[in-house]
Amino acid sequence: MIHLKSVSVAYQSKTALSDITLHITPGQKLALIGHSGSGKSSLLKLLYEKLQQQSKSCTFIAQDYALVKHLCVFHNVYMGQLGRQPTWYNILNLIKPLAKPVTDVSEILKQLQLNDKIFEPVSQLSGGQQQRVAIARALMHASPTLLADEPISSLDEVQSHWVMELLCSRFESMIFSLHDVDLALKFCDRIIGLDQGKIVTDDFSKNLNRTELLKLYAE
Amino acid sequence: MQNKSTSFQHSHRWKISWIFILIALACLPFADLAINTFDPLTELGRFFFALLNPSLINIENPLDAILQTIAFSFLGVALGCIAGFFLALIYHWRIIQIICALLRAVHELFWALIFLQIFGLHPITGLLALGIPYAATFAKIYAEIIEEGERNAYENIRDHSDFISTFFYARLPDIWNHFVSYTSYRFECGLRSSAVLGFVGLPTLGYHLSTTFLEGQYSEVWALLILFYLLIATIRFWVSAKLIPLYLLISPFIISNDSTISFSNVTRFFTQDIVPAPLKNNESFSSLWHWFSDLLFNEALPGILNTLLLTQITLVLSGLFALLCFPLISKLFFNQFERSIGHFFLVIMRSTPEYILAFILLTLWGPSMLPAVVALSLHNGAIIAYLIGRYSNALNIHQNTLRGLNLYFFEIIPNIYAQFLAFLFYRWEIIMRETAILGILGIATLGFYIDSAIADIRLDKAMVLIAITALLNVTVDMLARFLRTRLRLKTSIDCT
Repeated sequence: MIHLKSVSVAYQSKTALSDITLHITPGQKLALIGHSGSGKSSLLKLLYEKLQQQSKSCTFIAQDYALVKHLCVFHNVYMGQLGRQPTWYNILNLIKPLAKPVTDVSEILKQLQLNDKIFEPVSQLSGGQQQRVAIARALMHASPTLLADEPISSLDEVQSHWVMELLCSRFESMIFSLHDVDLALKFCDRIIGLDQGKIVTDDFSKNLNRTELLKLYAE
Repeated sequence: MQNKSTSFQHSHRWKISWIFILIALACLPFADLAINTFDPLTELGRFFFALLNPSLINIENPLDAILQTIAFSFLGVALGCIAGFFLALIYHWRIIQIICALLRAVHELFWALIFLQIFGLHPITGLLALGIPYAATFAKIYAEIIEEGERNAYENIRDHSDFISTFFYARLPDIWNHFVSYTSYRFECGLRSSAVLGFVGLPTLGYHLSTTFLEGQYSEVWALLILFYLLIATIRFWVSAKLIPLYLLISPFIISNDSTISFSNVTRFFTQDIVPAPLKNNESFSSLWHWFSDLLFNEALPGILNTLLLTQITLVLSGLFALLCFPLISKLFFNQFERSIGHFFLVIMRSTPEYILAFILLTLWGPSMLPAVVALSLHNGAIIAYLIGRYSNALNIHQNTLRGLNLYFFEIIPNIYAQFLAFLFYRWEIIMRETAILGILGIATLGFYIDSAIADIRLDKAMVLIAITALLNVTVDMLARFLRTRLRLKTSIDCT
């Protein structure tokens, strides 16, 4: 579904990505790994733009969560599917949460162990809780493709595992960046390693091993 | 050859400040500064003495005047707020920015004078006179708030939902507080503007103030002023979010409406009154040009010159007054009790509409520029002193060995001067607008010629002069903004 050939991206004369050649087909779970500054976020943004140009519906989880801090968890998660309801319904829901949306959002929040915080303002949640709200919003949006920039960076080990399981079961195709090499090997079928804006590894997980991948993080 | 870093260089701000001071000094000999009344000090004394026994005996219905003032300001500001919000959504178009700048440049009183010719004393005069310039101001500030708000959530969801839902969910909650704080500040301004509209005939406080003052009933003047101060000081008690819809609902019923709009008046205004006389009489082009150049050289030019003279002198004096007075409310110089006195004094100067201050002084001292300069300097100086005082209280001054004048000159002034200039240049355009308006009271600024033209029922001349005033104001505004960028001064939205 995405085909990139020798694409380069630069921001204000600083090269973020150079000579990227990549072919992605639907149904793949793809992990991007590499240390900070290697170009993972830039590549994700590029892929997101390409999908939008093709008018393919996709969900994006940003690194800084992109939540509305002054609204409560419920409204933030509801925002994942604003386009599926008429405007008047959305505005009504904003003023007073309606029964059906509350049920739908509760279902999702229960799976992320956040249901007790459903009406709490996002600004009062911890980093890990806010990240789960962003994930809940993505689940609400429920498109076939997920692009996520370090979606589990603020979660502890145990949470990381079941959140990754949840995401993998809900989205047909996934492209996300990760720091944890073991999770990448466990949950993805394909791994792309980046270093200084270039793709240095692109292979199926079954062909890769932990030690090789850790080299990407070595100086 | 001298090495730049080894020889002392004054900063740009120093140089600009001195340029403005020199301009003001150069203006002084040309400004007609004099006290023209027979016995000004006695009259001034009588005025202040009346403060000791304020009374409302001679006023027919003071409560009604207050209610009218409040009602006009609620409806006028609400009208401006809603129109301004929609304009803010399309503010990125250049043409809207230009139109708003021109609408803002015309003072509420000038708008009132225009609408009085069209609608007479019908309440819509007051509503439009407040609503139109306020809408233009709201448009600009709301657009800035929207522009500077957080966009991350908005970017994330905009592709899969409609504009209205996205705006209300992803943008409005974060910028709401800014909207509320600016709008409530504007409401206070609206109360002042509403009161001042009474000076041209609308049934608000200004009407009673002007009549009682001209009859020398100073006790009543003080009673009305005290009522007005109380009104403004207690705003946060009677204006709460829940009550605002109620106030807006009953305001239209409070506003006295015993006049009707004559539609023949309206059409005549647009088709005959404002058409330049030579065009109306089918005269030649050279006659039209003669009419225009006559207007330009005999009225507009002296008006512009006097307005600018007055503006420059007032600007510098306001700055000096602010620098002198801001320590009165600064934690670094005075204790809590002393500061509360300073606060009280500055609040009185700030809350009294400059038009009323000027009116009082002009009546007591006669029609010259001196009372106008004093009134505007006191009012604007107090505003800037308040802003700088608040700013200085928020500074982290680590030095605690310096005291008094040393502290003032070596630590405080260098730290606040940039912000001070930013506020001063921001007020420059407002001061210019106010000096133009004061012409209505008799001094030879642009307002004088506009008022005379209206009194002569030469509305064609009046409209041209109002347009010239607006252009002058926009020019000063652009100059002020240019200087602020050049000197890298910034004011945030919250401290207007």
